[in-house]
Amino acid sequence: MTENNVFRQEFLVKGGDFLRAGNVSWEIRNLLREIGMPSSIVLRAAIATYEAELNIIMYAWEGKLHLSVMPGRIHILAEDSGPGIEDIELAMTEGYSTATLEMRELGFGAGMGLANIKKNTDAFVITSEVGRGTRLELTFLTNGQRP
Amino acid sequence: MLTLKGIMMALEGELLTPGMELETECSQFFASDLMSDVLAFIPPGSILMTGLVNSHVVRTARLVEVKAIVLVLGKRPAPKVIDEARECQVPIIATGCPMFEACSRISGSLTE
Repeated sequence: MTENNVFRQEFLVKGGDFLRAGNVSWEIRNLLREIGMPSSIVLRAAIATYEAELNIIMYAWEGKLHLSVMPGRIHILAEDSGPGIEDIELAMTEGYSTATLEMRELGFGAGMGLANIKKNTDAFVITSEVGRGTRLELTFLTNGQRP
Repeated sequence: MLTLKGIMMALEGELLTPGMELETECSQFFASDLMSDVLAFIPPGSILMTGLVNSHVVRTARLVEVKAIVLVLGKRPAPKVIDEARECQVPIIATGCPMFEACSRISGSLTE
């Protein structure tokens, strides 16, 4: 931990960069392991972060992932500039997808991403503005039972 | 319970990442070409069986902590994909079996 007992790091994700897809979430996963987070929490955080990273690559122009680790919780903010989401409730529905053929050929875009992020987090907040971008806030509690 | 060596024998498979431990025991298998579904549903420590051979298979597999990837239908990934798997210590087994037959053989071996 660093200043005020909080570890922070920021990661840039470029829209359309399928070649590097997964690198940021792998780096975050390895950082969390090095810090000594419990393996079950690292697994959930890695999966949710990978989904968030893929969403930026697949749908946004560019974005950032902000990792904060503080006593009792891990917080990951994924914010992008992109087309945004018109109907968040619909986008959260399992199986609903606006993925292109290219995304599907890579094995993604089955419409599980946002629902899977929600499943793996202890708290999940999504906000979006059409034409501007989307913001996901992922929280993982590290000091006990899941709520 | 099957070892990776047992899986290779059942599938007449070939290890594409030589030198990796083959005595690892496995009891859970997950077959899918949809990495979205793998991310959402695979139990950690499973064997991932797929017909997809791009680098995202390895990246998904390492993240969800699979014990090995089984590629069906005789498909071969590009050398850089195999290198990536080797770097993150994920064994890749290739088999000529189609997916249904591969699953059937594994299932038969598990109940023997």
